[in-house]
Amino acid sequence: MTGKSVFEIIGPAMIGPSSSHTAGALRIGRAARLVLGEKPATAEIVLYGSFAKTYRGHGTDRALAAGLLGMNTDDDRIKDALAAASREGLDIVFKTELSGAVHPNTAAITLTGVSGRNVAVEGSSTGGGNIVISRVNQFIVNIRGVYPTLLVEHRDRPGVIGRVTTILGQSGINIASMNVARKQKGADNLMVIETDEPVTEEMQKQVAATPEVIEIIAMNSF
Amino acid sequence: MILRHDFAELVEKAEKRGCPLWEIILEREEQEQAVPRRELWNKMTDYWRTMSQAVEEGMKAGNRSLSGLVGEEAYQLKRYAESGRALGGPNTVMAAAKAMGVGTVSVSMGKIVAAPTAGSSGILPAVLLTAAEQTGASEDRIIGGLFTAAGIGRIIDDIASTSGASGGCQAECGAAACMAAAAAVEIAGGTPGQAAHAGAIALKSILGLVCDPVAGMVEIPCIKRNAMGAANALLAADMAIAGIESRIPIDEVIGAMKEIGDLMPASLRETAQAGLANTPTARAIERQIFGTE
Repeated sequence: MTGKSVFEIIGPAMIGPSSSHTAGALRIGRAARLVLGEKPATAEIVLYGSFAKTYRGHGTDRALAAGLLGMNTDDDRIKDALAAASREGLDIVFKTELSGAVHPNTAAITLTGVSGRNVAVEGSSTGGGNIVISRVNQFIVNIRGVYPTLLVEHRDRPGVIGRVTTILGQSGINIASMNVARKQKGADNLMVIETDEPVTEEMQKQVAATPEVIEIIAMNSF
Repeated sequence: MILRHDFAELVEKAEKRGCPLWEIILEREEQEQAVPRRELWNKMTDYWRTMSQAVEEGMKAGNRSLSGLVGEEAYQLKRYAESGRALGGPNTVMAAAKAMGVGTVSVSMGKIVAAPTAGSSGILPAVLLTAAEQTGASEDRIIGGLFTAAGIGRIIDDIASTSGASGGCQAECGAAACMAAAAAVEIAGGTPGQAAHAGAIALKSILGLVCDPVAGMVEIPCIKRNAMGAANALLAADMAIAGIESRIPIDEVIGAMKEIGDLMPASLRETAQAGLANTPTARAIERQIFGTE
């Protein structure tokens, strides 16, 4: 039984002007980079709703770029993140879509990494710097970026989930929550596993070695 | 279950123990969050240093917001306060400049500490710095004041709100002024009871204020409302230390704030649909920044 912390009233330290349009936007960009798992080379970002309407005035574009570069919400370099992106060879294109918004502050990000890997990530800023990642590639998900999160794409076969969670359990990893998203029956699935402890590289290797597992992505530092 | 506290209970505890409010608030935080006192203190100290730096940065010449609508107002007011001609006295006018300075840093994509929000982040640092300068209080005393402020903010957030989208500007700049007034009293060595009266007086004076930012951005009128919030808090603190009481107790003022926030139409809660945001000049500014739609 705990009350709210006084640090929910004073804090966080952040780059202004807006916790939802700046800090939250950065965290969506950062999450997209975590899904990519490498340095991005190109990014196409579609801004929806209020993001689309007011992004310039709130530095939403710079914040998203900063997130893609891996910066945190209180990084002094956020203001110049667009220039920093071009210096680092990251080519970003922004598009706006005023209608059809799922949530007023939504960004859909398509990334290509330096190795040529592609990912698509969609997320919304839900207020006070909080976010929800709602789509990873074709999978509908619900990732809040509060816990270390392991994404495991795997074939739709009986027993896979048990094998993966057993590996985590035997490594002393406690699962905080878990969801399985699938495109359709028999198609590939995506396990979204929120854990209390970060999943180490060694454990990731073990999970990846499970025959039905296609790919794993560890999102440890939101 | 959320633990709810009211202010009267905090004051009673502090007065019985003969300690400042922040002692009680810090103790509770330690127990409820299970975090050692030293760690809490250090975190608040880090925040204070970020706040003080924002005050300094914000009053420099050459600042400019993302939209270009605001920038050097804090610098202008600081220069004027230094001239010795300020009608409101150098302290109050300088406090207003400091508050605007932090707001300017925020809208120029500089680093601030939300207190309670980014849009109202100037009031608390400005008032606490001014109170400390005037009384020669140490940094530790300021950190104590920040805990007092945060403790009151928590009560406001539990009972009413600290978000413009749900309670209007009274929930942001009003909450900040209330928090700052009470903290200033403690920094100046006033009693917990006086701190409560100061908070009540400051909050009463801004009840009903709507959140109607031009073009939906945290610039107009937010920066100047930070200045007014700082002046409001300092005056409320002075009144309380002078022995003036709020006839309506602070917990009831917070209740009134909640009622007013609930009655406030959505068009006046951070949606840029009415009020200042809907004036011909505001709409022209909006078209200029975001293009025509």
